[in-house]
Amino acid sequence: MKAPDFIYCRAESLADALRLKAEHGDQARWLAGGQSLLAALAFRLSEPTALIDISRIDALRGITFDAGVVRIGAGTTHTALGVSDIIRRHVPLLAEAVPLIAHAAIRNRGTIGGSLAFADPAAELPACCVALEATLIAVGPKGERRIAANAFFEGVYATALRDDELLTWIEIVAAQADEQQTLVELTRRSGDYAMAGVAAVLRGDAAEITHARLVFFALGDRPVAAAKAAALLVGKPLDEAQVALAATASAQEIDPAGDLNGGPEMKTHLAQVVLSRALRQIMTQAKAKAERTAA
Amino acid sequence: MTTHSITVTVNGESVRRAVQARLHLIDFLRGDLGLMGSHVACEHGVCGACTVRVDGAIVRGCLVLAASLDGASVETIEGVSDRGEIRDLQDAFIARNAAQCGFCTPGMLMCAADLLGSNAQPTRAEIREHISGNYCRCTGYQAIVDAIETTALKRVSSDAGGAKP
Repeated sequence: MKAPDFIYCRAESLADALRLKAEHGDQARWLAGGQSLLAALAFRLSEPTALIDISRIDALRGITFDAGVVRIGAGTTHTALGVSDIIRRHVPLLAEAVPLIAHAAIRNRGTIGGSLAFADPAAELPACCVALEATLIAVGPKGERRIAANAFFEGVYATALRDDELLTWIEIVAAQADEQQTLVELTRRSGDYAMAGVAAVLRGDAAEITHARLVFFALGDRPVAAAKAAALLVGKPLDEAQVALAATASAQEIDPAGDLNGGPEMKTHLAQVVLSRALRQIMTQAKAKAERTAA
Repeated sequence: MTTHSITVTVNGESVRRAVQARLHLIDFLRGDLGLMGSHVACEHGVCGACTVRVDGAIVRGCLVLAASLDGASVETIEGVSDRGEIRDLQDAFIARNAAQCGFCTPGMLMCAADLLGSNAQPTRAEIREHISGNYCRCTGYQAIVDAIETTALKRVSSDAGGAKP
């Protein structure tokens, strides 16, 4: 189908964007990469009066690393995220997530800010940001507001952003030396939205896990942290018995609705599968790292 | 209804047009410029039949507003075909019968050219991954993967021989 008619305007700067939003009101929407929004418009699932194109605001692009914090412009494309040395070195979870986001042609336009603000519960980056305890920065007429990722996602396509606010930057504390990050998802076809997925961030050594964040996606109306399963891992070494324990516990922390892929029982089963795989991957990564250090 | 004046370089030629805000790139190329090589199918970013290049990078033409492209450079299958950039890839598609009904072919070629541009020796798994966003409803994937693989191998061997195709 064709999109409904709307007003198109392009913001040249952040100030320009806020001015245009004030002018066009709460029925206007931000247009970043448009890879979800323009599809939604074609389905007429959304009929905004105006689209404010923020894709050419230079200040919203780019990735920097300073004082242990990685700062990502909301307008950074998935492709740019995936090839960034800063991301590979300091936030490997995001580098791992990027190839799983749709397809190359979509990653060339889609942006991290767009993905977070659109808040599709099956998308990878929202779960990554919750697992990484990222800080999302929004700018509105009253200035800047910092929002913790775990308070940002409020439901299907719903976030803590106010109508007049624009998501501008994402800040993530760089991975610590003893930190392992990974992401595992199951899809019917490469590039599809996940049937079930998990982002995992663990710290510790062979003797003891000291920190664990396990965040599911495509298994609820927003990213779902499996806090009890994560707590079971802390204070003990990570082994097969612990993997099984955490996977079983995680099933009690989700209440997935059925979808086109299967019912709640199947989704709950898949949650345990992806979590087990992610934890095993972390065991393998940690072992390889220990061997590299020893050598 | 609002219209926007845009100046876009299409296949090396500068064009200036007034476009409606809601017009996507493929309807602009087909309807306004008569470039029928890029195909319109799903119109929500799933099928890949509308794959074209914007500023050198492949995109879904149905998920890009023409109005947003003022100053951009667009390349379509007509452009890369006329320039001979993918002659060998097209020959391989013909030799392997990788174009059946032909509807997905322009998008497949744009996507395959993109892969070969960044990865000279892709594995079959990498080829499948890269074209995973392009649907062939004739289900002729095997032949398409063959054609892309053959082209990569030929390019590598001709590079090794010191002669560019």
